Amino acid sequence: MNTHQATFVRASMIEASPAPVQTGGLAYWLRKNLFATPKDTVLTIVSLLVLAWLVPPAIQWLFIDAAWTGGGRGVCATVAQGGTQPEGWSGACWAFVNAKFDQFLFGRYPIEERWRPALIGILFILLLTPMLIPKVPYKNINAILLLGALPILALVLLPGGWFGLPFVETPLWGGLMVTLVLSFVGIAVSLPFGILLALGRRSTMPVIKMLCTFFIEVVRGIPLITVLFMASVMLPLFLPQGVTFDKFLRALIGVSFFASAYMAEVVRGGLQAIGKGQYEGADSLGLSYWQKMNLIVLPQALKLVIPGIVNTFIGLFKDTSLVSIIGMFDLLGIVRLNFSDANWASAVTPISGLIFAGFIFWLFCFGMSRYSGFMERVLDTSHK
Amino acid sequence: MAIGVTTTPEKSKPSGSIINDPQVRGIFYQVVTVVILVTVIYWIADNTIENLKRANIASGYGFLNGRAGFDVGQSLIAYTSDSTYGRALVVGFVNTLLVAVTGIITATIIGFIVGIGRLSHNWLIAKLSLAYVEVFRNIPPLLVIFFWYSGVLAVLPQPRESAALPLNIFLNNRGIAFPKPVFGDGSQYVFYAFVIAVIASFFVARYARIKQEATGQRFPLLWSVLGLVIGLPLLTFLATGSPITFDVPVAGKFNLTGGSVIGPEFLSLFLALSFYTAAFIAEIVRAGIRGVSKGQTEAAHALGVRPGLTTRLVVVPQAMRIIIPPLTSQYLNLTKNSSLAIAIGYADLVAVGGTILNQTGQAIEVVSIWIIVYLTLSLTTSLLMNWFNARMALVER
Repeated sequence: MNTHQATFVRASMIEASPAPVQTGGLAYWLRKNLFATPKDTVLTIVSLLVLAWLVPPAIQWLFIDAAWTGGGRGVCATVAQGGTQPEGWSGACWAFVNAKFDQFLFGRYPIEERWRPALIGILFILLLTPMLIPKVPYKNINAILLLGALPILALVLLPGGWFGLPFVETPLWGGLMVTLVLSFVGIAVSLPFGILLALGRRSTMPVIKMLCTFFIEVVRGIPLITVLFMASVMLPLFLPQGVTFDKFLRALIGVSFFASAYMAEVVRGGLQAIGKGQYEGADSLGLSYWQKMNLIVLPQALKLVIPGIVNTFIGLFKDTSLVSIIGMFDLLGIVRLNFSDANWASAVTPISGLIFAGFIFWLFCFGMSRYSGFMERVLDTSHK
Repeated sequence: MAIGVTTTPEKSKPSGSIINDPQVRGIFYQVVTVVILVTVIYWIADNTIENLKRANIASGYGFLNGRAGFDVGQSLIAYTSDSTYGRALVVGFVNTLLVAVTGIITATIIGFIVGIGRLSHNWLIAKLSLAYVEVFRNIPPLLVIFFWYSGVLAVLPQPRESAALPLNIFLNNRGIAFPKPVFGDGSQYVFYAFVIAVIASFFVARYARIKQEATGQRFPLLWSVLGLVIGLPLLTFLATGSPITFDVPVAGKFNLTGGSVIGPEFLSLFLALSFYTAAFIAEIVRAGIRGVSKGQTEAAHALGVRPGLTTRLVVVPQAMRIIIPPLTSQYLNLTKNSSLAIAIGYADLVAVGGTILNQTGQAIEVVSIWIIVYLTLSLTTSLLMNWFNARMALVER
């Protein structure tokens, strides 16, 4: 009979393997991270070639060949196009961004009144910075100033018409200022409304639950641009004759509605993640519904969904750019409006302006996502 | 003490007053909500009817039969400015579907490549993928659309100086021109052959699965299916005497003649949506693959499965379970973002609807059509992906 002989015990010592050639230094790092296998080597070389093909021309275009200063389209156009640059020149037209910078910030807000949004902006930064640093004390006062006093001050200062300040109508507002006001209000409205909608969707009262679910699902199912159209076209139909809403206010309502629905779903995720014992514990202590939510459930639930909330904020910030479609001039809108300025029209003006606007948007969104990562680590009490 | 009414013992009356009974309160709140809601709706409806009467707008969907009178840039189905508003909306809907489907396919491909790239052991590839994700995730899609539209495609050369690419493709500021296939006599056989090949592929796949389950032997499925789907139509093509010819675009004095042209509107929308959504899909793919526990890979290696096969047979099927639900919502986002077409004048549903809205003033009807169509699209995509998800889900005993 064929008995299969298998031995699992080595009878003799195995030869010691040679020591690794090198376990530190640049050469080792390169071999480990870039040239580990033939496939890796090919990939590395291909990507290096692509980078070598893309990056130097991009730097050349963005910085070295760029027109940094100048008073008109001449510096951004070749001789054949009626400018001063040599034939075959192509580079970024930062002179355009430079000349229009104030407009990109404030839109067509009257120049002598621009100290008002500038003041609000400075106050906002001064109040927001200590708010964001966990170690700075007096968070309560800070929050009251940032979320209570500053919006009231902005409501007084930005439109004006009070205390001898000339009235500045909202169609003149524009630029980064509009983007920031829209996002700030959108964030400030959508968080509480989102929480209410989420609580409503989990409510035991069938009517409330149905209404909240209906609102959330319909708003989430349609694009923001249709919500903005509804706000700008249908809202005037719904109101009695003579009552009109400001266009800016209509956009604000649309954006806030839209963000609330998304926020509600994020918060609902957090609510579902809280164990039943927490709800029952609160009930057994005899807390009322709102006490239970405010003291026990929401603090835990919101902490869980910070990444989701910040993602919604980032989405909202990016979505404010859509108001340029309904004829308002946010940062993107005002940049595009300036493409048609005959004094600056050239082949490279649009792309330069868009790269600038893209960079500003990127800066804000990237900052928010990084800060959310930081907050997650600070608030992490390690339940895992 | 005489009491007229005796309370039933099993229903214990709450000791407090009726105000503190949660059930009574619940009913009260709901009644209040309904009353407020009905009042508001009545008020809105009243105002709307009044406003419409004053603006002389007849409500209802009768306007859909009216003559549109405007042209659309790109249409897959027959349309002229004499067509009806309803027809124009269908054209817009088809255009929305076109850009959504092509965008979803491209975004998925780019997203999977970048997402897997982020997990690469190759430092350079991982960093490049990270840079891609961080750049595109943090820029508004509308800005990316304008970047392609007014930044890149608008400054391409004039049609008579078109940049010539291989395969008779030409690139200029009116879009991209490529050879148009002309289906001659007998080309229907090629199409039939293709359909037969696809149906046959299903049976081959079934046979392969049964064979593998019975004997453990793997069948070269990919190659046989590829051979069927490409080879059979190609053979028919040659056998019927090459009935399909190409109408090649030719550079004329001022313009290109012949061929098919894809306009810059579609191109920039398609590119922007694909690149933007791909960044999100990449993150989903990365999270999905990271979500498969390392023990699975190690176990596969311990069984002697090669790394490539480990990825294909062990990691990916499990990762797909994590990936599919968020992927669905990205597909829906892409479909909804395709409504940004209105900003650059690509005739999608929202753009066409906007034009109709401006011409006729039928705001409520047009907006209701938008809502119904987008909700239907969302629900259909969800259903399809849920079905796919159910197929991929863990089969437990």
